[in-house]
Amino acid sequence: MNFDFGDDLKALRDHARRVLRERCTSAVVRRVLEGPEPYDKALWKDIAAMGWTGAAIAEEYGGAGLGHLGLCVLAEELGSALAPVPFSSSIYLAAEAVLSGGSEAQKKAWLPKLASGEAIGTLAVAEGPAKANPRKLRTTFRNGTLSGEKLPVPDGDVADVAIVVAQGDRGIVLAVVDLKSAGVTRAPVATIDPSRSHARIVFANAPAEALGGPGGGEALLHRVQDRAAVLFAFEQVGGAQRSLEMARDYALERYAFGRPIGSFQAIKHKLADIYVATELARSNAYYGAWALARDAAELPLAAAAARISANEAYFQAAKENIQVHGGMGFTWEADCHLYYRRAKLLSLVLGSTRLWKDRLITHLESANAAL
Amino acid sequence: MDFDDTPEEAEFRAGAHAFLEKNAQRRESGVGMVYRAGNEDPEFRKRAKAWQAKKADAGYAGITWPKEWGGRGGTPIQQVIYDQEEAKYAVPRGLFDIGLGMCIPTICTWGTPEHRDRFARKALSGEEVWCQLFSEPAAGSDLAGLRTRAERDGDHWVVNGQKIWTSGAQYCDFGVLVTRNDFAARKHKGLTYFFIDMKSPGIEIRPIKQISGASHFNEVFFTDVRVPDSQRLGGVGEGWKVSLTTLMNERYTIGGRIGVGVEDVFELARKIELDDGPALKNEAVRDKLADWYVSSQGLKYSHFRTMTALSRGETPGPESSIGKLVNGTKLQSIAAFAMDLMEQGGVITDPDLAPLAAAFQQTLMTSPSARIAGGSDEIMRNIIAERVLGLPPDIRVDKDLPFNKLPTGKA
Repeated sequence: MNFDFGDDLKALRDHARRVLRERCTSAVVRRVLEGPEPYDKALWKDIAAMGWTGAAIAEEYGGAGLGHLGLCVLAEELGSALAPVPFSSSIYLAAEAVLSGGSEAQKKAWLPKLASGEAIGTLAVAEGPAKANPRKLRTTFRNGTLSGEKLPVPDGDVADVAIVVAQGDRGIVLAVVDLKSAGVTRAPVATIDPSRSHARIVFANAPAEALGGPGGGEALLHRVQDRAAVLFAFEQVGGAQRSLEMARDYALERYAFGRPIGSFQAIKHKLADIYVATELARSNAYYGAWALARDAAELPLAAAAARISANEAYFQAAKENIQVHGGMGFTWEADCHLYYRRAKLLSLVLGSTRLWKDRLITHLESANAAL
Repeated sequence: MDFDDTPEEAEFRAGAHAFLEKNAQRRESGVGMVYRAGNEDPEFRKRAKAWQAKKADAGYAGITWPKEWGGRGGTPIQQVIYDQEEAKYAVPRGLFDIGLGMCIPTICTWGTPEHRDRFARKALSGEEVWCQLFSEPAAGSDLAGLRTRAERDGDHWVVNGQKIWTSGAQYCDFGVLVTRNDFAARKHKGLTYFFIDMKSPGIEIRPIKQISGASHFNEVFFTDVRVPDSQRLGGVGEGWKVSLTTLMNERYTIGGRIGVGVEDVFELARKIELDDGPALKNEAVRDKLADWYVSSQGLKYSHFRTMTALSRGETPGPESSIGKLVNGTKLQSIAAFAMDLMEQGGVITDPDLAPLAAAFQQTLMTSPSARIAGGSDEIMRNIIAERVLGLPPDIRVDKDLPFNKLPTGKA
């Protein structure tokens, strides 16, 4: 039994933690949150230079070929540090989509640029505030052109390339669009977490090409979402763990009624419950990592469990971190809200907990014996 | 990252498998429920003792015990592997857990070599069964509040008082006992620890009828019970320290689950019809099933992380105790929700009429104990908060007062 990351990956994690502690302080996160810059360009450049963007991309496409376990440990640290960069959109979503569904030419065209950080990618699914039902998409892909509106698209304002989920002639298509093409207009959109930028993108007969061959679009979308769910789960576990540590540290230093508030069982038990939720989420994420790295048949189930567990743990940790901080936790000055924003943002990025629970049970119904 | 055994582990597993295949019956598949076998039933105990003797002969009892105790001198991961393999077979379990897991390690740690030689092997081979006499009516989570009195009388002690929640007192041969010898000392300082012969005159055992109707536990009354001083473990007044040895020796078990699981309620939801079709198609039902599945999976893989630590020879910390905290509540909520699906018929406990032979109804009535026994939910949260997260212990109003000056409520 060796259900853990190897020493080399732990060393990578420690390295990432050290770098981000220095380079990605909360001042850096706040600069993006409060300022005009959509992401921290200097940090993004450093991350790319260290090879993190190319971690799970094969060497033949310009990556480091570390595999997906390497990407998992990096994700945990990026989540813990709230890194205000388009890493998840470009790597977990766009690069994974191209890796999973792209033709050789598409891989050659985009993966080296995504691996080096020279290009930023994203995945555009949502069409406004409602479920993005793959069978009822309004965005269409016909005769090599894309028309419709996607909202919100994570990092859509800064991305160079988008994988757009659209209605084709025979079911849904994942269409690759160069966002600098004619027929693409976009503008940033305000969200609960301005440390991660989002956009509205309108396509008017924009030139695009289907990812891979015709057909299988829905299966490909599910595959990309499953793979991304595991990677996001690691970011979320990192954020939950950091929220728990903040709450713990504050409970030790804040005194009320002549004693540290961390000596009251009302606080201790609250923190113990966050710990339990975070550990369950971590264990589910580990299983997801195993399934992702092996491309195992269990991936859809493992990914759904990892996502549900991580969604719930991070939001619980982030909201109770504010509660433990009391009134101070409600101020702009305290960092609690940075995690609160990010927790809710990440819980929706691939679809809500509700959708993933339904998806999980659907898998279990068909797996039948998996229970 | 893998789930594979190391070559050494694989070899040990193969040996355990061969032993079990030769000596035990495989459990029928499809029988999901593992009820707590009836330790109270003399026939069951006979079978349990015979099985234990076989295990001891083959070296699979006391896997982690040192060789001087009669054990195998093996590792915790070997114990886990054996338990995993044994779980596939229908063998009587549970009769020796307390004795081998808690009592005998305390005897071997604090007793003389003669004590060790006299008791360890007989416990290991199942000849003698042990119980633990710790909790009292006024000392549960706050164990050190116990007030069973031990008074010195020459080379004996005279014990008076009452213990409670003693599993197996009625059939055990020996027990370990914590008493208070000094009521004027501070709470944790006036305790003294013994082992006793359960057939000693002056011991009266009364079964406790639980809310489930069963009686797994007893009250044990002591009236002028004479205990030789040679059966004292540790110094006079050092009983707390000795007790901690007992409590810390709870072995790492994979815990044969008692009661229903997510797969059972999943099956039920397939069969039960609601207005709009099978319950399994109802969104509220799916939401609950997903919660339980996700937490069950989380525990499963947390256990694998613990096993990984054991496999490397590391000692898992109190973090491995989250399983108890999560499972107790889950059992109770699964049982209650499954009964809701049966609507008014959910109240029926006749095994011929209720689904799964009334397992959900039975679990409803047994699950409260899963949240109390062996450390209540509240104590488990304190342990996590203090030992894992490093939060301060509770402020204690009883720490520096003599025991007989402490305020007491209704006992």
